[in-house]
Amino acid sequence: MASQPDNVSRRAFLRGSVTLIPAVGLAGGVSLTAQANEPAPNLSEYQPVFFSEDEWSFLLAACDRLIPGESAGQGPGALDTNVPVFLDRQMDAPYGHADRWYMEGPFVTDGSPDLGFQYPYTPREVYQKGIAMTQQYCKQQYGKRFEQLDGNTQDSVLQGLEANDIDFAALNGIHKLQAADFFSQLLQNTKEGYLADPIHGGNKHMAAWKMIGFPGARASYRDWVGQHDVEYPLGPVSLTGERG
Amino acid sequence: MAKQQPRVDAVIVGLGWTGSIMGMELTDAGLNVLALERGADRTNADFAYPKAADEIQYGVRHTMMQKPKQSAVTIRRNLDERALPQRKLGAFLPGDGVGGAGAHWTGVLIRPTPTDLQLKSFADQAFEPGVLQEDMQIQDFGVTWDELEPHFTFFEKVCGQSGTTGNLRGEIQEGGDPFEGPRSEPYPLPALQDTQSTDMFDKAARQLGYHPFPNPSANVSRAWTNPYGMQLGPCNYCGFCSRYGCVNYSKASPQTCILNALKQRSNFAYRTHANVTRVELAPDGKTATGVTYIDENGDEVFQPADMVVLASYALNNVRLMLNSGIGQMYDPVSRTGTVGRNYAYQIGGGIHLYFDDIEFNPFATAGATGRMFNDFSPGNFDSAPYGFIGGAKMHASQASGTPIKTPLPNHTPSWGQGYKDALKKYYGHHMEISMAGSVMSYRTNMLDLDPTWKDPYGLPLLRMTFDWKENELKLSRFMRDRLREIAKVLKPDHMDESFQLSGDHFKVTNYVSTHNVGGAVMGTDPSNSALNRYLQSWDVHNVFVPGGNAFPQNFQANPTDLIAALTYWSAKKIKETYLKKPGPLMSRA
Repeated sequence: MASQPDNVSRRAFLRGSVTLIPAVGLAGGVSLTAQANEPAPNLSEYQPVFFSEDEWSFLLAACDRLIPGESAGQGPGALDTNVPVFLDRQMDAPYGHADRWYMEGPFVTDGSPDLGFQYPYTPREVYQKGIAMTQQYCKQQYGKRFEQLDGNTQDSVLQGLEANDIDFAALNGIHKLQAADFFSQLLQNTKEGYLADPIHGGNKHMAAWKMIGFPGARASYRDWVGQHDVEYPLGPVSLTGERG
Repeated sequence: MAKQQPRVDAVIVGLGWTGSIMGMELTDAGLNVLALERGADRTNADFAYPKAADEIQYGVRHTMMQKPKQSAVTIRRNLDERALPQRKLGAFLPGDGVGGAGAHWTGVLIRPTPTDLQLKSFADQAFEPGVLQEDMQIQDFGVTWDELEPHFTFFEKVCGQSGTTGNLRGEIQEGGDPFEGPRSEPYPLPALQDTQSTDMFDKAARQLGYHPFPNPSANVSRAWTNPYGMQLGPCNYCGFCSRYGCVNYSKASPQTCILNALKQRSNFAYRTHANVTRVELAPDGKTATGVTYIDENGDEVFQPADMVVLASYALNNVRLMLNSGIGQMYDPVSRTGTVGRNYAYQIGGGIHLYFDDIEFNPFATAGATGRMFNDFSPGNFDSAPYGFIGGAKMHASQASGTPIKTPLPNHTPSWGQGYKDALKKYYGHHMEISMAGSVMSYRTNMLDLDPTWKDPYGLPLLRMTFDWKENELKLSRFMRDRLREIAKVLKPDHMDESFQLSGDHFKVTNYVSTHNVGGAVMGTDPSNSALNRYLQSWDVHNVFVPGGNAFPQNFQANPTDLIAALTYWSAKKIKETYLKKPGPLMSRA
C-alpha cells in the first residue's frame, strides 16, 4: 500500500537529497538559453513567432479541448500550462523544420501506413495546412470559425479529425494531408508541451509534473531507490533550477 | 580531384564501441590508427547534469540518434512491395557521433548462450526435418563459447558489468542465471538495487518455477576502475538512461570506458564529420587501398590505409560494403551472393500492468534495472511441439519514468478531461512484463541498395526487406501465454497486451528495438557468409567488419556483449596472425 515515509526517515531523506538542484541555463541543442531564465510569460500577452493570429486562435481553442483547464475538473490544462507557447517555439526549433528527417522525393503517399510518414510537409506545414482546412470545414459545416463554436461542437470537430471522417481532400484537392495525421501531430505536440521541461515553453511552473508526481530533472535517487511502494515526497525541479 | 591525406596503417570507420575497441587493440600492436566518425564529437561534458535530463530533447526528438536526412533506410515487407524511405526514426534508433549507440544505449550487457552460437547444429539435432520453415537460413556463428569466453570476460571488466553470477566454471550459483554458459570469472560487480517492480516480477516468476536473476547491467552498481584505468562512479538511478547520455559517469560507453585512454596514445587520431562513402579497392579488387570520405566542408578526401575496419552501425557497414563492391550482393531468388543476406532483428511484446494502490516510482531507476529469466532460450525448453525454434528473454525492466512516454491503459481517453484524469491516476502505478525474442534469418529478410532514393551525396540508400515470419509469430504467441500466467499471479487492477501475432506485419512507425543484426554475417563457408570467422571479408582480405552485422541470426536478448567479444576475438587474430602475414585468414576452399 502507498504510504508516506515516517517523519524521521523523511527528514533524513530530505537532508540527503536536496544537494543536487540544477542551476544552469540549457547550453547547446536548443535556442532557448536567453529565454530559459526569464519568468514564464502570460499566455494572453504572448506574441507568437511562427503562428499567424488566426492560427493562434485555433490553437488556443483546440488545446483547451484536448487538455481542459481547472474549470472542467482537477488538474491544470493546456492553457494554464502555456502549451501553445511550447507549440510556437517548437516550430522554430529543428523539429518544426523537419531538420533531421529525410525529405527527398519522390513522395509516395499511397503506400501502406505501416511504412510510416511519407508527406512532403514539415511539421510547420502540417499545422498551416491542417488548421486552414479545419477552419474551412467549420465555415462550411457551421458557418463559424472553430474557436467560435461551443465546446461540444469543437469536440465533435476534433473527433472528426481524429477518426479521419473529415475529408481534407474533398475540401481542397491540392493537399495530400489526411485529417487524422494533422490531428495526431497536434495531439502529440500538445501532450509534449504539457509534460516537457518548462525550458521549452510549456508545463508552466511544472504544474503537470506536480499533478502526476514526476520529480522532473532531479535525476538522483540513489538514496530512494531502495524504498519500495512509498510515495516520493519531494516536488519537481526544472532544468533551470525552478522548484515546485 | 579528391584531396589526399597521409597514409595510415589502419583506418577505422565509425567511433562507437567496435571502433573504440579496435582502436585500443590495433594501437597496442603498434599500428598508426585513424578513426573517421561521420557525426559530431561527443565527450562526457556534453552529458553533464542537468543537460541530459530533458525528455523532449533526447527521449522524443532523438538528439543523439542518426538523422534520416543523412542516411535513411528504405523499408518493404516483401520482395513485391515498393520500399519507402523511413523519413523519421521509428522502429529503431541507431546512434550518431562519437560513441555511437554506445553513448545512448540502456546498458543491458548480457551474453548469448553457448547454444545460440551454434544454433544450426542445435536445430539439426533437436528438430525433425520439416518442422521448421523451409525458407529459414540459420547458421552457426563459426566461433565457439570457449573461444569467445575470455573476450566476454574482458569486455565485462571494461564495462564494470554488474549482476549476479549463475554459472562459475560449471558450478551453478544461487541467485544467478542457471542457464548461462560457464563463466571463467564472476561478474565484476554486484547487481544493481532492486525496485518494487523487480521484486514483484521476481516473486511471481519463482512461484511459477522459473529462475529469475538481475538484468546484467553496464550501469555500474559500485565505483569501478577498468583495465584501461578508466573510472566509473556508482549509478545514481537518475531515470534518464536509454536514449540519453549518462549524467553521472556510471553507464559504460566508449566515452566512459575507452576513449579518454585511447585519445592519449600518440599512434591514435580521429576526425569527426568525416563521412566515409566508400572503401577504395586495388585494381584486382582483392585488397583495399583506403577509404574516401566527405569532410565537414563537403570536400571529398582520400585516406590511404593498409587496413580498413568497418566499425559503423550494422546497417551502414552493409551499405558501405555494397556501395564499395566488397563481396557479391545477395540475390534472394537465386540465393547467390552474401552481402545483404540474413538480415535479422528482434521481436518484442509485453503486458502493461496497472495497480491502483502500488507506488512504483518509475523515475528512480537505472537503465538496466530489472529482472529476467532465461528458461525459454533454445535448449532450455522444448519448442518443437509448438513448431518454432528460438527463445525469449522474459523480463520486467524499469527503464525510465519520463512522463511523455508513460503508457496509459488502452481504455482511457486519449484527450479531454478523461486523459488528464487517467494521467493523474495511472502515472507511477504501472509496470511492464515483457519478452525480447530471437528472430531467425530467412531467404527474403535481407538488405540491398534502393533503386530510387539517394543520400545527400547521391549514393543509393540501403533497402531493408523484412517482415515477421510464422516462426517468430508462433514464438510470440507462446511467450504471451507464459507472460499471461505471470500477470495472473501479479493480479493487476488493469492490464493491456501488445504482441505480434499471426497475420501481423512489421510496422516502422513504433519503436521495436535497435538490435538490427546480420547482413554481412560471419561463418566458415564463403557461399553463405560475407565474413570469415575472424570477421575478415572473404573477398578483400584487409577489410574487417566487426558489428552486429556479423550475426547469422539474432538470439533472444541484447547484442552488445557479443558484438564486443567478437571484436576482441577478431583483433586477437589480426594481432597474432594477420599483421605478420597479411592475407586471407581462412581458405575459401
